[in-house]
Amino acid sequence: MTITVRNIVKGFGNYPALRDVSLDIEDGAFVALLGPSGSGKTTLLRIIAGLESAESGQILFAGEDVTDRAPQDRGIGFVFQNYALFRHMTVEHNIAFGLDVMKRGQRPPKEAIRARVEELLELVQLPGYGKRYPAQLSGGQRQRVALARALAREPSILLLDEPFGALDAKVRRELREALREIHDRVGLTSIFVTHDYEEAFALADKVAILGQGRIEQFDTPDAVQQHPASDFVREFLD
Amino acid sequence: MSAKNKAVSESLLTKVLLILAAVTYVGLILVLPLASVFSEAFRHGIAAFKAAIVDPDALAAIKLTLTVAAISVPINAVCGVAAAWAITKHDFRGRNLLISLIDVPFSISPVVAGLMYLLLFGAQGWFGEWLLAHDIRIAFAKPGIVLATLIVTLPFVARELIPLMQAQGREEEEAALTLGAPGWRIFLWVTLPNIRWGLLYGVLLTNARAMGEFGAVSVISGHIRGETDTMPLQVEVLYNEYNFAAAFAVASLLAGLALVTLVVKTLLEWRHGDQLAAAGH
Repeated sequence: MTITVRNIVKGFGNYPALRDVSLDIEDGAFVALLGPSGSGKTTLLRIIAGLESAESGQILFAGEDVTDRAPQDRGIGFVFQNYALFRHMTVEHNIAFGLDVMKRGQRPPKEAIRARVEELLELVQLPGYGKRYPAQLSGGQRQRVALARALAREPSILLLDEPFGALDAKVRRELREALREIHDRVGLTSIFVTHDYEEAFALADKVAILGQGRIEQFDTPDAVQQHPASDFVREFLD
Repeated sequence: MSAKNKAVSESLLTKVLLILAAVTYVGLILVLPLASVFSEAFRHGIAAFKAAIVDPDALAAIKLTLTVAAISVPINAVCGVAAAWAITKHDFRGRNLLISLIDVPFSISPVVAGLMYLLLFGAQGWFGEWLLAHDIRIAFAKPGIVLATLIVTLPFVARELIPLMQAQGREEEEAALTLGAPGWRIFLWVTLPNIRWGLLYGVLLTNARAMGEFGAVSVISGHIRGETDTMPLQVEVLYNEYNFAAAFAVASLLAGLALVTLVVKTLLEWRHGDQLAAAGH
């Protein structure tokens, strides 16, 4: 599903977080929002998700304006930096949550939900972990559960906010590969936020580099590395 | 922490002295006085205790106290949860003002709280004439007692929940949002389970205070025996009449009710200890 960001403006008090940001993301793309802290990348991701509202501008999914749509109705999956798993629920209940909260008419039958949970546990390589609580899992495992949970309702858009930020280097690399594989297999359009350019270049098809609330460059990793569009990009990549 | 780690553990002597000091202090300040109430209550035997309790005025006081608690505790539990939810999970103008307002009943004397209602609803109060004309009795009647109890116990649940919910953050609710859950579902399935122990504790504190409140209720109740005297008021009345045995009997029953809530809490914590640990409390 294509994602279009049109002239988004957002401020916190007097501090402008996003100044007139526009971005066109193709269907099936894997895009990194890359920038130093305070560049507005997380704010932009949260606005795309509907968790925050912009002062002006629009968000379009597949050409359809979703700017005023609640996050519940946007059909997205969202993965948080600190996992945000429901701590009082088992892994299987966490993953089934998105299906369990569906309206009675649309909700799949119990058996189907259970099968879907098993399938997702396989997908994130955690079969047999369904009965555990989040507190009983490692950081990498928790983020895998969070990923499975975000995919349960088969969203066509996956948004990830510094998904590997809290993990050590080895787990990070494993999870990165797993994520890329899942993205390709499921056919998602994914956007992930990171401040680590190596990670962005290793994983993404296209990288949007943000600085001080503006998009400095939006291009393939190769193009960005070979032809930095501004001094800001050059300095950031150094 | 391992007991072998000498660098961070106290010497045995220090430990024993500290524990002894704590036990002595709690014993003198808390346990001994409480025990004396019970021993006084039963000094003239079970029969005398029973007689004091089944006295019609005492029974009326017990019934009134339980009724007032049964009305005010649920109301303040619901309002406290709503306030804590609004304050911690949403941004809005006047948020800090609301937090300060919730603390007002803590900072003003309960007697003043009672007086405020008297000034509003008493015969000479702002709404006094109108209420009299419509034959609605609030001051010197049960509604006044409930109101006074409500204001005095208003902060407990919210105050218990706000720091807890602030520490838990909004991420789980946001995750639920992105998973398509409607607001009420998020509250019932995500927020409420995470705060249930804090809520339970807040409710127990509210209940203990609702049953034990003296100052505010004393001003608004008018001390009509068998009608607007709650248990704490009844204890004072009996004591002032030198009816010590009866006073201590009612007092011990009041203390007993408080102890029951404490036991219930401990039992629940014991039974659900693993869930508590999993929830990270």
